[in-house]
Amino acid sequence: MQELLRTEKLKKYFGVVSAADNVDLTIEKGVLTSIIGPNGAGKTTLINLLTGNILPDSGRVFFNNEEITHLPTHKRVKKGICRSFQIMNIFSKLSVYENLQIPVFSLFNRSLSFFHPLSRHTDVNERVEKLLREIGLFDKKDLLAGTLSHGDQRLLEIALAMAPEPNLLFLDEPTAGMNPVERVKVLENIRRLSKEKQSTFVIVEHDMDIVFSLSDRIVVLHRGQILADGPPDQIKQNEDVRKVYLGEEILWEKI
Amino acid sequence: MKRKTYLLIALILFLLLLPAFAGKYLLYMTIHILILSVFALGFNLLLGYTGLLSFGQAGFFAVGAYASAKILLVVPSLLLGTIIGTITGGIVALILGYLCIRHTRIYFSMLTLSFGMMVYSLAWKWREVTGGDDGLVGIPRAPLEIPGIFSINMNPMENYYYFVLIVSIMAIFFIYRIVNSPFGLTLKGIRDSENRVAFAGVSIRAYRLLSFVIAGLYAGLAGSFLPPLENTVTPPIAHWTHSAEPVMVTLLGGIHTFSGPIVGSILFYIIKDIIVRFTQYWLIVFGSIVILLVLVFRGGVVIFFSEKILPLIKRR
Repeated sequence: MQELLRTEKLKKYFGVVSAADNVDLTIEKGVLTSIIGPNGAGKTTLINLLTGNILPDSGRVFFNNEEITHLPTHKRVKKGICRSFQIMNIFSKLSVYENLQIPVFSLFNRSLSFFHPLSRHTDVNERVEKLLREIGLFDKKDLLAGTLSHGDQRLLEIALAMAPEPNLLFLDEPTAGMNPVERVKVLENIRRLSKEKQSTFVIVEHDMDIVFSLSDRIVVLHRGQILADGPPDQIKQNEDVRKVYLGEEILWEKI
Repeated sequence: MKRKTYLLIALILFLLLLPAFAGKYLLYMTIHILILSVFALGFNLLLGYTGLLSFGQAGFFAVGAYASAKILLVVPSLLLGTIIGTITGGIVALILGYLCIRHTRIYFSMLTLSFGMMVYSLAWKWREVTGGDDGLVGIPRAPLEIPGIFSINMNPMENYYYFVLIVSIMAIFFIYRIVNSPFGLTLKGIRDSENRVAFAGVSIRAYRLLSFVIAGLYAGLAGSFLPPLENTVTPPIAHWTHSAEPVMVTLLGGIHTFSGPIVGSILFYIIKDIIVRFTQYWLIVFGSIVILLVLVFRGGVVIFFSEKILPLIKRR
């Protein structure tokens, strides 16, 4: 397996709380990885560290064997890392179409183009329309993003993260607050893209059904440390993991 | 869409024909409206499109005005004065913007306010260069010329009016293209959600700085129109109360419409011109009117008319 991203002794403290404690993690190309763990385990912090939202106290991050520990976010995106957010992060006052135009213009290195109107860039617009069809928002392209239903906004959020065509894509609770129909739509998208595209997905998710049916590999975080790491079957049997999730047995009963 | 084009053509024709029937005073007022429009349009690229409220635009306006005045006092070339004034406004915006755009919201506003007031105190104290509180006087309305090719005398008010009008229309057209381009869309994205734009692979700081510099260029251009018109430049044009003018007219006209700052500028001078006839404390009355208008016309006069009044007329 080809290594895509690697961390070495990654550490981040918020006061005395360790959000990431000597995390050594390798993410391999094409392996759909899920990160799970109880609330406050440091899942989102880990993604923030890897995508450049926050900087680590110590430790290093490598992407394609190139150190990116202190690289600002936009440069990481250009190298091929992107993410979606747990909390809605779309351009709510722009139309769905314009929402997707922003990352696609950036992908085509044309964000600085300042004289020709948007409609003149046909190649960009074709790409935007293709994306819209893929996520099933084509009929709603002219609506303001802020007026979409919650589920559609989540779909748009994921589409915005996919638009820069990243090699590595982090999805932070992609299906949170979705109804079952929307959830299936999103999961099918992830599964399909994971198979046919060059993108590698890393997903943070609370729904264990999704995690165990979707993932090739599961990483369990607890208090900023990696508690367990392996294929779904192995994680299901892991005693430590069961202890951490004590009191949340219902989650496990379902599986 | 078509109606808008006709309206625009009619407006430009009206402005072109204005000197044929209007007196000197009306031309003088129209020049001032154009100056404020250009000033406020640049300012609104920051506020309405990038989401940054600058309270220091008068600083760049004054830099442009003083630079253009200095040039005109040495070299009598209107074109050179305008170009140097514009560029100086842009350069100062680049330097100060580099420091300002590290912050957003109220911190950004306060930083721009302080830098603007620094320019004001420089204009006030640096006597050797700025002439202190006397300002610079005797600035000629130099001819518009390219040596050896053509030369147009700018002394008649109509001629200077045409100069300001044509340059302003060019500037307005240019910024219209900017806000409707991928760059303009990316700025709107920064206004809505800067984090998401960073994850589109765009450097937020670079784009904010660029927007700030463009606003500085526009303030510089507006400033450089002033010395040839008034023949003097004095420190009050750098004062923060002058920075408040683009803020006021933009709010009045509407920050989320392209024409908002222009409509606001027109209203500003009309209202001011009427009130000044009755009282010297015109600012109090004017302030109250602006408050009233902002409260009644939510989102600006332009939105109010295009979304509330126009549908009413259409329905009939």
